[in-house]
Amino acid sequence: MSALALSLPSRARYPDRALRWVLTALAGGILALIVFFFIRLISEANPAFSHFGVFDFVFRNDWDVSRSVYHAAPLVVGTLITSGIALVIGVPIAVAAALFLTELCPRRLRSPLTVMLELLAAVPSVVYGLWGFLVLAPKLKGAEHWFGSTFSFLPFVGPDVPGPNYFIAGLILAIMILPIVSAISREVVATVPGEHKEAALALGATRWETIRMAVLPYARPGITGGAMLGLGRAIGETIAVTLVIGNAPQIGKTIFSQGYTLAAVIANEFGEAANNQLHRASLIAAGLVLFVLTLLVNVLARWFVVRGTRGRVTKA
Amino acid sequence: MSALATPFAPISAGRKRKDKVMRGLLAAATGVALVPLVLILYYLLKKGAGALSWHMLTSDPTGSFLGDPGGIKSAILGTVTMVALATAIAVPIGVGVALYLVEYGKESRFASVVRYFVDVMTGVPSIVFGLFIYITLVTSDLFSKGYAGWKGAVALSLLMLPVVTRSSEVVLALVPDSLREAALALGAPRWRVIARVVLPTAAPGLITGSLLAIARAAGETAPLLFTSALVFGTSFDLGHQMNSMPVQIFNDVGSARSEIVQRAWGTALTLVVMILLLTMAARLIARRSRVS
Repeated sequence: MSALALSLPSRARYPDRALRWVLTALAGGILALIVFFFIRLISEANPAFSHFGVFDFVFRNDWDVSRSVYHAAPLVVGTLITSGIALVIGVPIAVAAALFLTELCPRRLRSPLTVMLELLAAVPSVVYGLWGFLVLAPKLKGAEHWFGSTFSFLPFVGPDVPGPNYFIAGLILAIMILPIVSAISREVVATVPGEHKEAALALGATRWETIRMAVLPYARPGITGGAMLGLGRAIGETIAVTLVIGNAPQIGKTIFSQGYTLAAVIANEFGEAANNQLHRASLIAAGLVLFVLTLLVNVLARWFVVRGTRGRVTKA
Repeated sequence: MSALATPFAPISAGRKRKDKVMRGLLAAATGVALVPLVLILYYLLKKGAGALSWHMLTSDPTGSFLGDPGGIKSAILGTVTMVALATAIAVPIGVGVALYLVEYGKESRFASVVRYFVDVMTGVPSIVFGLFIYITLVTSDLFSKGYAGWKGAVALSLLMLPVVTRSSEVVLALVPDSLREAALALGAPRWRVIARVVLPTAAPGLITGSLLAIARAAGETAPLLFTSALVFGTSFDLGHQMNSMPVQIFNDVGSARSEIVQRAWGTALTLVVMILLLTMAARLIARRSRVS
């Protein structure tokens, strides 16, 4: 191809070079942008890190605006608890739905059900927050209270249930990660070779045994990756969580305690922190911690997905 | 896998029962997964439809504590203006980067680094993009300080960029090489091949990806909180603060006044309808064309 292009008169080659140059510059611009992004965040967060120390900032449990003390442990813990709850509730349902839709569902129902499941992804975060705050939290309060007092002997369960709490936030997050986890699971399950399933069926396995022995082992790394991508989403989710977490900078004793997350604290306190150097730097540092956390999770997730599909995914 | 090596015994009643139960459970989980969607749509229609009125759609929020709380005109127009600007920024750049990756970069080291960074961008939480725009555009000396609509739009475009790039790359890669080779063989220079063959062939897919990115950006609140902020009056001046539907909802939710909470439901319904229309349009266009 290049031989042909070279044989063209140089007048015709000129726009070619320009186009190539422009497109390469755009691609390089993305790299520059991300590097700049990272440097800016670090330099703006630096006052907080140098004031409190990086280790103390992340691991000490003391966030108090009135005393100008900012240690992010309550936020980190809140972020991990809510996204943990989201995974525990959301992933089994998402994977089960993916298995049903790819392996068991009657052909006619498959596409409408899939579209409906994907519609969950179209609902904006703030609408989940609105619904969670005004409908879900009040309606579930009785059930949570009953659960909390009946099973108070379990660890991390207690009868004291305020309206907004970790559990509600986790539940909303579970709903929000359903579409992505189930979409990736469906994609991965669809790559299981038909021969494997047919072999299992031919040997006399029931449909469930086929799923358990032929489909799931093959799809497991990909499903794990999908779940971790969902985790990345849950960790970074802001507005919905801000509305239902209670915004209390403490490490709650039970899953029904009020708490705070990294993303929520930024959304709530940044407006008032604009003129307070240390507070602002601390919130940007919280943003940086959040970014690093999602980055780690996403890198792991991609590794799992790539390993799980080994390039076999047929692009949807 | 070793279990597969030996033939199964004839299917016992226990195994049959287990099969039935597990299949039922999987079906039930699918049902459970759809419950939230049904509930959210139900409440949106029930509470939102009652709040919607011509007055609400055509008046600005008053911001006064008593009397008429006003409507959401400025929020609707602000969202449309900012998303339009964000699209104008993100789509050309995103498609351009995708073109580079498919037509020039291919498997080169530089291209895979770019791909990796685009993936990193996809994972950045939207609030962190908001922070980034705040510290680089809102408080910097390079531009006039303060909140502005165009800064919100830039924050949204950062969110859209990786979505557009990834989806465009997939679609462009689907354009058959035989088309490119045919055009090159006829003596067309590379840029004409891209402009007259590759882009038109991939156009419906590119539009679908862009529409999905727009739908995502339209519902985002977090990047706008500290970039375009909340304001009551309608403005088309991108240099000033600009209202938007998500921020308006976020601000109205916690209000003690039932009229304002009602307005939040109405705004949410309007926003969701807008996003669903965009999503449906994207789906229709995607179905109309199969590049491969």
